[in-house]
Amino acid sequence: MNYGYFPGCSLHSTAREFNISTKAVCSSLKINFTEVEDWICCGATPAHTTNHDLGLALPYSNLQLAAQQGFDTLVAPCAACYNRLKVSDFEIRKSDEKKNRIHEITEDKTEADISILHLIEFFKNDFGIEEIKSAVKNPLVGLRVASYYGCLLVRPNEIVNFDDEENPTSMDEIVSAIGADALDWSHKTECCGAAHAIPKTEIVLQLCKKLLQAAENSSADCIAVACPLCHANLDMRQNQINKTFGTKFNTPILYITQLMGLALGYGANDLSLQSHFVDPIKLLTRKNLIPQLEKMNREN
Amino acid sequence: MKRKLETQITLNTLIDSFSNEIKTLSKVNAYECYQCGKCTAGCSVGDFLEETPNQMMRLIQLNLRDEALNSKTPFLCATCNTCTARCPMDIDIAKVMETIRILSEKEKKKNVKEVSKFSKIFLDSIKNHGRLFELGLTARFNIENKTPFKDSELAPSLIFKGKLSLLPQKIKNRKRIKKIFDNSINEKKGVE
Amino acid sequence: MSRIGVFVCYCGENIGRTVNCSEVTQRAAKLRDVVYSVDYKYMCSDPGQQIIKDAIKKYNLNGIVVASCSPLMHEKTFRHAVVEAGLNPFLCELANIREHCSWVHDDKRNATDKALDLIRMMVEKVKKNLPLDTIKIPVTRRALVIGGGVAGIQAALDIADGGKEVVMVEKSPSIGGHMAQLSETFPTLDCSQCILTPKMVDVNSHKNIKLYTYSEIENVKGYIGNFEITIRKKTRYVDDSICNGCGICIEKCPQKKINSEFNTNLGTRKAIYVPFPQAVPNIPVIDKENCTYFKNGKCKVCEKFCDRNAIKFEQTDEFIKENVGAIVVATGFDLYSIEKERSDNYQGYGEYGYGKDPDIINSLQFERLLSASGPTLGEVTRPSDGKIPETVVFIQCVGSRDKSKGIEFCSKICCMYTAKHTMLYKHKVHNGKAFVFYMDIRAAGKNYDEFVRRAIEEDEAIYLRGRVSRIYREKDKLIVKGADTLIGKQVEIAADLVVLATAMLPQKDTVPFAQKLGIGYDKYHFLSEAHPKLKPIETNTAGIFLAGACQAPKDIPEAVAQASAAASKVLGLCSNDQLEREPYVAYVNESSCIGCEFCLQSCTYSAIENKSIVNSKGELVKKVAYVNKGVCQGCGTCVSICRSKSIDLAGYTDEQIYSEINSMFV
Repeated sequence: MNYGYFPGCSLHSTAREFNISTKAVCSSLKINFTEVEDWICCGATPAHTTNHDLGLALPYSNLQLAAQQGFDTLVAPCAACYNRLKVSDFEIRKSDEKKNRIHEITEDKTEADISILHLIEFFKNDFGIEEIKSAVKNPLVGLRVASYYGCLLVRPNEIVNFDDEENPTSMDEIVSAIGADALDWSHKTECCGAAHAIPKTEIVLQLCKKLLQAAENSSADCIAVACPLCHANLDMRQNQINKTFGTKFNTPILYITQLMGLALGYGANDLSLQSHFVDPIKLLTRKNLIPQLEKMNREN
Repeated sequence: MKRKLETQITLNTLIDSFSNEIKTLSKVNAYECYQCGKCTAGCSVGDFLEETPNQMMRLIQLNLRDEALNSKTPFLCATCNTCTARCPMDIDIAKVMETIRILSEKEKKKNVKEVSKFSKIFLDSIKNHGRLFELGLTARFNIENKTPFKDSELAPSLIFKGKLSLLPQKIKNRKRIKKIFDNSINEKKGVE
Repeated sequence: MSRIGVFVCYCGENIGRTVNCSEVTQRAAKLRDVVYSVDYKYMCSDPGQQIIKDAIKKYNLNGIVVASCSPLMHEKTFRHAVVEAGLNPFLCELANIREHCSWVHDDKRNATDKALDLIRMMVEKVKKNLPLDTIKIPVTRRALVIGGGVAGIQAALDIADGGKEVVMVEKSPSIGGHMAQLSETFPTLDCSQCILTPKMVDVNSHKNIKLYTYSEIENVKGYIGNFEITIRKKTRYVDDSICNGCGICIEKCPQKKINSEFNTNLGTRKAIYVPFPQAVPNIPVIDKENCTYFKNGKCKVCEKFCDRNAIKFEQTDEFIKENVGAIVVATGFDLYSIEKERSDNYQGYGEYGYGKDPDIINSLQFERLLSASGPTLGEVTRPSDGKIPETVVFIQCVGSRDKSKGIEFCSKICCMYTAKHTMLYKHKVHNGKAFVFYMDIRAAGKNYDEFVRRAIEEDEAIYLRGRVSRIYREKDKLIVKGADTLIGKQVEIAADLVVLATAMLPQKDTVPFAQKLGIGYDKYHFLSEAHPKLKPIETNTAGIFLAGACQAPKDIPEAVAQASAAASKVLGLCSNDQLEREPYVAYVNESSCIGCEFCLQSCTYSAIENKSIVNSKGELVKKVAYVNKGVCQGCGTCVSICRSKSIDLAGYTDEQIYSEINSMFV
């Protein structure tokens, strides 16, 4: 299997800690991903809600690039990129007419026969939960984690279907494998408001308030995510939520790869834990979950 | 429906072909909808809507094209797909929303200007650089939206935490992205 | 010498609109051997029939072709008329110029020509027709009823009261079915058990009813009037001829925490048990899976305490043969479950938690909570913590009318029982609040809509028009996220208990059962009636009738009505010693038959046997095929497979078929 890596725009900016921690985890688990060269933005929500073809062509162009660069599988950590890549692949496989149209648009006739995996899907199905478990050096004992999947990892289930759309468990399986407590909570697949963050912030604030409340109800210490947009909405805007609604949430939002990184022995700086708005370091220190000697384990 | 409908519902409005137009564009037969309201019940942004999703489906069933295209609902839709996932009739309601939104945008109907502006600026950004330039996007949106200080408290820490680069990332093959934009939207000039 | 009469019917405009009937009549008159030809507006009417009768006498006809509708409609009418004129009925044939011609064509020219073609074929066929006699088969004048729910009980009692013997087979330890589980019944709110148990007792004591409980149909052979049934009497480990139902075994059984099926897993039972106090028969069974003795080889407490020595651990399944002439199938229904892991083809409801929350129950479970004989003795408490629920949300159409889960039909009875549930709940929990999420209220039945109105107006059930998108737990409450489409808003209710009106499905394993009987079923595995309007009780297999919810979702009155209808069909069948059937069966030319047995192997109805031909000294000359006329369905498979052309089908001989075909090429 020749895995291409598609980080997407966010992982190069607001979600750089997702990129950093993914790379750390991969290096520890000896996973070889190669970043697709000169990839472009997947178009996210604005593209497909503005023009159907644009929404398909942007992701497809990336699949073509990946094919040209010799990859047979593309792994995307960002749930939004993953979803758009999958939708585009699905629609184009379904109809030759669509495929011809998109080939016209990209002015490229490359057939992109590539399987697309989300990072979690990769860990679960290709790499193996047991393998993760056996690589754990610093089990996150006593950390109560609410795994938040949001929309894009599970819907539409006809297209993205590596997990149950109403009660997904793959992230929870990883959380359990690294020694933490996977909480069964009510809002695993509720929406955070997504792309409304900037134009309709009030929507995002309200939806995220409900999410944070649900996590608190399940007495979660933190929320694990695999989507930069979910992360930004829950983490960056938590203070705004508290101000708007008079709440006192202080729930760290961590990328699943950051939690994995901790369990694999990386320290706070290796995983860029300090770059969150809601500080997770205090919680993790209190629970004694940050490996004392930075990089110790990596050098072994 | 909180909004007052402007159309007088008459025989002429009822036999319009809007439902066929939607069928062609989105492959959804609106008459499969039996108005159970499950889409509305689960809608993430339900609190913010004037027309609920099932009412949008009803507007299509009754061929009330203008009313549907003037609705804010498709613009407030967060594209979370919950409606589609749970529809007992397997109707892709999210796709219908997207279709109406595109039609509305094309015909410059009344819509939610912030959402529509955000989309345009977002697409401009990737059209120019190949990748999203988040700082540029936010700044331009705030200026054009006349909310210059929106989220300004977040910016310094974002930059400090290294999460917001001050310069855009540009791809090498800029022609590629330009082609995609030009060819996709060839029936009208660009998205700007 | 053939003297054929052709009678062309206009069927009002049905045929006349597209076929030029007078032209057809004139051209038919010129066909060889046709000595008389006439048209008439309604040939099936009395004057029409009279024309046929008169013509037979006047022209001395020996073959009749009526060009009209499908033989399924009026073949009987015309053959009857022919008999009255003194001809053998099988010398009359119908040329179908309506369903096969006028109804399916627009072009009058072509349709007229085609009508004549059809007539010509029939004229050629009828020339080769032989007078035939109907076949008489003996009837075993007793019936089998499969299923001991209210439909089966009603059918059995009606047949037995009509003086015919009934064998009833019920797979569970007691008869009573789902009706025995219900609390009170709509629209009168009378106690279900109070009206059912007298009938159950009647079944047990009726001199004409032989009851096999805890038994299943192992095998069915034969045909209408002559079925041979093999019944598997499953091992109770209790000798029902000795046991007097004293119950000491149950009292002493140490294994007490087994989920009670009768109480829909809301209550418990012992390893030796009767399902409920009024069970018929009142004979316990040992649940082998959970019995300590069967698990560990030690215990036998029941045996020790039984002073009649009725416990028989060494008992095995028994097979019993019964002969009957008719069968009533009343196997009833099961409820759809919202679980994810399932044995059927449907989808579960992840959005309602896949059935994992103890306080999300189905309607049958709610019936048990309401029932005075239920696990809570009629007190409505919620399963998780025994608290009395102050807010109950009822959700209709769960599974039903839900294409995405695989079920498109309406379960018909949920609207009514949900209204009943809100009433009974309110009567028991006075400060309780009942909410119903519904799509449409379907209350078409005598006093039904009035009943629903009462639930809303007097018992204060709040009806919300919309489906529920999701249910999740928040601490002590279940959050129900629904909508009211009439006001166009989301509705969120924090409930203590949620009751799902889940879809009605046929019993599990209906398919192998139906195949055993040779009857049809639909895509949901409901058993199929022979005709949706005119044969709603019959199946496509003669002598097998349907009653109750095995055919489609039904409420009690409908199930009972259908059961009585099935009983009347059975009584009609059993009112004669013999049964007449059409003579279209295969017959063997014994002199040319070479006894290769190909036909024997090809017959799907097992109607062909071997027959030995012996000479006057009793020595075997040869073996030939022999057709059992009672069993033969006249399908013709044997005819097509016979290598020596020694088998043919009466009424549809090869010669007749070839004549029809040849007539097309003259």
